[in-house]
Amino acid sequence: MAGYIFRRLLQALPVLVGTTFLIYFMVFAMPGDPLLALFGDKTPNPAVLERLREQYHLDQPFIVQYFLYLGGILRGDFGTSFSGEPVTDILARTFPVTIRLALMALFIEFVLGVLIGLISGLRKGKLFDASALVISLILISLPIFVIAFVAQFIFGIQLGWARTTVSAGAPIQDLILPAFVLASITFAQIVRLTRSSVIETQSLDFVRTAYGKGLSRRRIIPVHILRNSLIPVVTYAATDFGVLLVGATVTEGIFNVPGVGRTLYQAIIRGEGPTVVSFVTVMVLIYLVVNLVVDLLYGLLDPRIRYVK
Amino acid sequence: MKIRRFGLGAIALVAAGTLALSGCASGGSDDSAGDTAAIITTNGSEPQNPLVPTNTNEVGGGKILDAIFEGLVYYDGEGAPHNAVAESIETDDATNYTITLKPDLTFTNGDPVTADSFIDAWNYGALASNEQLSSYFFEDIVGFSYDEDSELTGLKKVDDLTFTVELNAPKSDFPLRLGYSAFYPLPASAFDDMEAFGQNPVGNGPYMLDGENAWAHNEKIDLVVNPDYAGERTPVNGGLSIVFYATQDAAYADLLGGNLDVLDAVPDSALSTFEADLGDRAVNQPAAVFQSFTIPERLAHFGGEEGKLRRAALSMAINREEITDVIFEGSRTPASDFTSPVIDGFSDSLEGAEVLEYNPDEAVKLWAEADAISPWDGEFKIAYNADGGHQAWVDATTNSIKNVLGIEASGEPYPTFQEARTLITDRTIQTAFRTGWQADYPGLFNFLGPLYATNAGSNDGDYSNPEFDALINSGAEDTDPASANEKFQQAQEILLQDLPATPLWYSNVTGGYSENVDDVVFGWNSVPLYYEITKS
Repeated sequence: MAGYIFRRLLQALPVLVGTTFLIYFMVFAMPGDPLLALFGDKTPNPAVLERLREQYHLDQPFIVQYFLYLGGILRGDFGTSFSGEPVTDILARTFPVTIRLALMALFIEFVLGVLIGLISGLRKGKLFDASALVISLILISLPIFVIAFVAQFIFGIQLGWARTTVSAGAPIQDLILPAFVLASITFAQIVRLTRSSVIETQSLDFVRTAYGKGLSRRRIIPVHILRNSLIPVVTYAATDFGVLLVGATVTEGIFNVPGVGRTLYQAIIRGEGPTVVSFVTVMVLIYLVVNLVVDLLYGLLDPRIRYVK
Repeated sequence: MKIRRFGLGAIALVAAGTLALSGCASGGSDDSAGDTAAIITTNGSEPQNPLVPTNTNEVGGGKILDAIFEGLVYYDGEGAPHNAVAESIETDDATNYTITLKPDLTFTNGDPVTADSFIDAWNYGALASNEQLSSYFFEDIVGFSYDEDSELTGLKKVDDLTFTVELNAPKSDFPLRLGYSAFYPLPASAFDDMEAFGQNPVGNGPYMLDGENAWAHNEKIDLVVNPDYAGERTPVNGGLSIVFYATQDAAYADLLGGNLDVLDAVPDSALSTFEADLGDRAVNQPAAVFQSFTIPERLAHFGGEEGKLRRAALSMAINREEITDVIFEGSRTPASDFTSPVIDGFSDSLEGAEVLEYNPDEAVKLWAEADAISPWDGEFKIAYNADGGHQAWVDATTNSIKNVLGIEASGEPYPTFQEARTLITDRTIQTAFRTGWQADYPGLFNFLGPLYATNAGSNDGDYSNPEFDALINSGAEDTDPASANEKFQQAQEILLQDLPATPLWYSNVTGGYSENVDDVVFGWNSVPLYYEITKS
């Protein structure tokens, strides 16, 4: 097991270097001069521009800039944003908020999704199943910003049940509404996934055996059916957690959540290269780790899967 | 959430009860005066740069600096300057100024505000190697250089409360500029560690930062009233909480949801509804923002006499009234000059201003005259950046031209603002392009000199007219504001003939406020005068 993890981490290294290179290259290749944009519609003096270019190493060729940046990262220096804040501070401030939001969304979608999916699977073709199907289809087909705006308008403005946006510090009670919005789409996916998995498991031999041995439904459903149906659902939810962590840009923007997605969006708009690349690098790292954890989870849930040395 | 709202409601009820009771006892007290301890919440955006006055050139940081600093002068709601730190600013020739400061003023850390606070701050802002974004504000002071580090030798200290300023050339509107943030003073402690100062600025304004961690990056900044403030902008509330929003939509939702007191930017999505949503709490008034498009003379068919005719024809082919009404929902005001209605000296009846009115017949006639000189070929295009919400009006404008003149006309989008600005700055752009100007200080010269004077910094169309230059310079030398403005207006009448840029409209400031606040007035620069706002 340890050897497997070590090998996976080793494999992650070239992926990390490759992605940062690609991202850096793409930021570099973005047309236009980010420094000119700093001055708005006013044209700065050429001498001023020249000095700013030197300061941000923008006068160097691409490959030199990249290695300067990479060298900085190795020393733990992710650069500073235009507002003079070290990017590491920005990372340390925004990730806890996004992790909190992602965990809440994950909890909501997993509990509700599995519950409704299980009932649908057990009552296949009945009224409950049909209505769950319709609702989940509607949620899947709605773009997230529509759900977010509608939720904000109804629960925030009309009913006043929740704050319209998240206040500073992102307290838990403010995050409930955005968490539900974030959860809504994957919730529908989890319902569909759980339902089909439950239906499949129900018809398997060991379930029939369990019924044949005279076990009660109260024992068979949670222990035999649900546990075995959850394998694909758990891996799906774990991957989804990775997606949620790397930022729900749209939702964070609409609810003004001071998290990763909103910060990254602003950095892209302002052309802040160091911030963009550092954020994406950390995101790639998270994604790699989450994928590793997902693969390890397979083994825990299904003892038939073994990792070869 | 519900619980908290109920709690607040209960408190409000009790408060209202006591108010009513005390009202009975005292025979009617004024309960609209508001609470002098109440914090006003308003929208803002994360400052793009450290909070150093000379390094801040955008609204996010500017709004904060204006609240925590006080310059030599301040601007009232109409944009008229009033002495603030300055006791007097005197000049005979518009070149040499003697500035006397009011005595006994201090920064919030106790340091006195002296002549050195200004001289050192300006020198810091102007020094080439300090790379301050607003360094160009000091370019008129003797000793300034873009290319190498040099002292502003034009600044001379007379005594602790007096200093003199010598300019390279007469600039009669220099005192008017002194209210801009680049000219704010800095305490001596700032120069020890400017980086730390930028995170925790110490000022001399009506407000100050609420402790060490007042600036929660990307979330908000909390300001409280400066108890030692002795100027004319004394706050009638307890402080400001400027909440940073990533989108204007989120800020607008908070205003409707009762979480925000004052909003100074209504999102495009709500332009058609905000006046109905907010009633008399909606604000929609012209701002000091001028929008235009520029046709460089170097483009084929746009030089000399032919170019003049074509520019006038294009201008008269644009139905500004209809576009501002339909596309902008009345949130723009059709232009009648090159400046803005909120600026002192503005006139909507300049000679030749009819070229800015929709006149299809005249447009066709002028276009035909130009065709007689050299027949038109190709397509007329207006370049714009697609990330700024410009597509709708560019399409409408080019359609208006297409319909009137019967030529091919369309917009030419560039993905980002950076890309468009780069092509414009290095002069490789081969079409007309969108231009705009937001004033730094409320003066006519600021809309004209930097944009249309020969070789001026932001003269993106490379316009040059000696007659215009002469008028602008003679206005700049004139120490009488009224007669200076007259010359600036004459200079504009030349622009109306040449149309180096085609004026389109002035942006309005759109905003609103909640039922909790009163006395909300928006200043000339579209920022509310926060110190006047009362909250009950």
